[in-house]
Amino acid sequence: MQLYLPIADLPVNVFLVLAMGAAVGFVSGMFGIGGGFLMTPLLIFIGITPAVAVASVASHIAASSFSGALSYWRRRAIDPALASVLLCGGVAGTTLGVWTFTQLRALGQLDLMIALSYVVLLTTVGSLMFSEALRALMRTRRGALPPRRTHNWIHGLPLKMRFKRSKIYLSVIPVVVVGIVIGFIGAIMGIGGGFILVPIMIYLLRVPTSTVIGTSMVLTLVTMLFATMLHAVTNHLVDAVLALILMVGGVTGAQFGARAGQKIRGEQLRLLLGLLILSVGVRFAIELVIQPSDLFTIRELGVSG
Amino acid sequence: MTRTLLAIVLVLLLGGAARGERLIVSVSNHRVTVTPNYSGEELVLFGSVERDATTPADRTAYDLVVTVRGPRADMVTRRKERTFGIWINTDYRQFLHVPSYLALFANRPFDAITSPEIARRQQIGLNNVLLTQRVGGDYADVVPNDAFRSAFIRLRTERGLYREDPSAVTFLTPTLFRTGIPLPAEVPIGTYEVEIKLFATGAFIGKTETAFEIVKVGFEQFVATTARQNGLIYGLATAAMALMTGWMASIVFRKD
Repeated sequence: MQLYLPIADLPVNVFLVLAMGAAVGFVSGMFGIGGGFLMTPLLIFIGITPAVAVASVASHIAASSFSGALSYWRRRAIDPALASVLLCGGVAGTTLGVWTFTQLRALGQLDLMIALSYVVLLTTVGSLMFSEALRALMRTRRGALPPRRTHNWIHGLPLKMRFKRSKIYLSVIPVVVVGIVIGFIGAIMGIGGGFILVPIMIYLLRVPTSTVIGTSMVLTLVTMLFATMLHAVTNHLVDAVLALILMVGGVTGAQFGARAGQKIRGEQLRLLLGLLILSVGVRFAIELVIQPSDLFTIRELGVSG
Repeated sequence: MTRTLLAIVLVLLLGGAARGERLIVSVSNHRVTVTPNYSGEELVLFGSVERDATTPADRTAYDLVVTVRGPRADMVTRRKERTFGIWINTDYRQFLHVPSYLALFANRPFDAITSPEIARRQQIGLNNVLLTQRVGGDYADVVPNDAFRSAFIRLRTERGLYREDPSAVTFLTPTLFRTGIPLPAEVPIGTYEVEIKLFATGAFIGKTETAFEIVKVGFEQFVATTARQNGLIYGLATAAMALMTGWMASIVFRKD
């Protein structure tokens, strides 16, 4: 069934977009990530302009992470104190990121910057996550005990605060910094940033896995709502019809994904996610290195007088 | 849809009454509406060559070239080059005020209709259509085989937005003609100008113009206008929609 998208200005197959939403939703529910780094390239692939894709995906991620956050909230798997400290940094980071985005666009070569940061970020995070999970799996297979959790330099910082639900005692400085970084990266790359946030929270901040996904979803939700508003007000590029189809597919997929995720062991989950992130990063890298089939591209600058 | 509109009273347009012939044309639909299930359409242009007393008696065979131009826009064509091992956009040309849709139709090959010189002057054929580029501080069209110009035309043609078909116009009788105007699914919204040029034995003898518009209606129009004019409300509504969808899903899928 074809449907005409009012902002993207082209007809799409509703079932195709629904299926894409559901597939990405499944992945996002399973790993507790927004899935923006998968959805945006997919939309561009079916012919939607990158600008509209990025803007519309933001609202799709908001819906997906809200439904996810609600179910984690019911299971008391969200740490409200930790989430609010993260949000302070997240909002500041997003604002800073949008400002940088505008500056970069004025300089030109924004597309290249986005592609390069995708490559660097995704391949780094992906391979780190993959190798860590692989080591963890090997250890359990050999029956060895996991290495003892040691406190790192982060736990020596001042301004300590007790996060009751996560059962950690931690300085607010690294938490705010992490929020700023994620908000900044998210605004520039058009992603929620959950896939970076979750490992940072686990390995650097030592947040227990019981609250990490739910809490990261809260940050994704707020930054993506913020991004939706910003895109709608400044660029008028949010396609609500496209977003709605993606949302319906996404939230449905996320529910099944969340259930599937609980059945899989943590290490295996991280192994899969690492592999997924790595492959998206490699795909971007290949695109940059291999000679494109067409060296020319056209971009419309808008209707002139 | 086209057939029902054929019955509608023709909007007759008088052509350049030059040298005794008059061109009378009409489009099957002067207002194409883009609805949720729009996925491309074909309009029909039909008309006739009216002869009068001043028409030379020996002139009986006519040639026609139909040019359809969509709303104009500024566009940029970029070229990628390998720099430090990766392919990045290096050079670009800006095309100013060029048609977003461009179609050229004729009843036989352009070079058979008229001389290269007249074809160039009358902008007959994609190679002769004026596409203004900004090269540094200058504004000019360049030679037809310019890399950026030909890439621009090739890419637009691949998307079905530029086309040239020297066999699309058919003469039903020596003076009655018709041609189809195919509109792709990804059609630019706006006013389309149709220009019909009449040739006889290689000479340009007159032209006429008509137009049609492509509009979004109903829900599409409402969404597009709201997004442009009330960005804040639109954003709030989209954000609220996102929250509602997420909340509904968590209710529907809640397992108690």
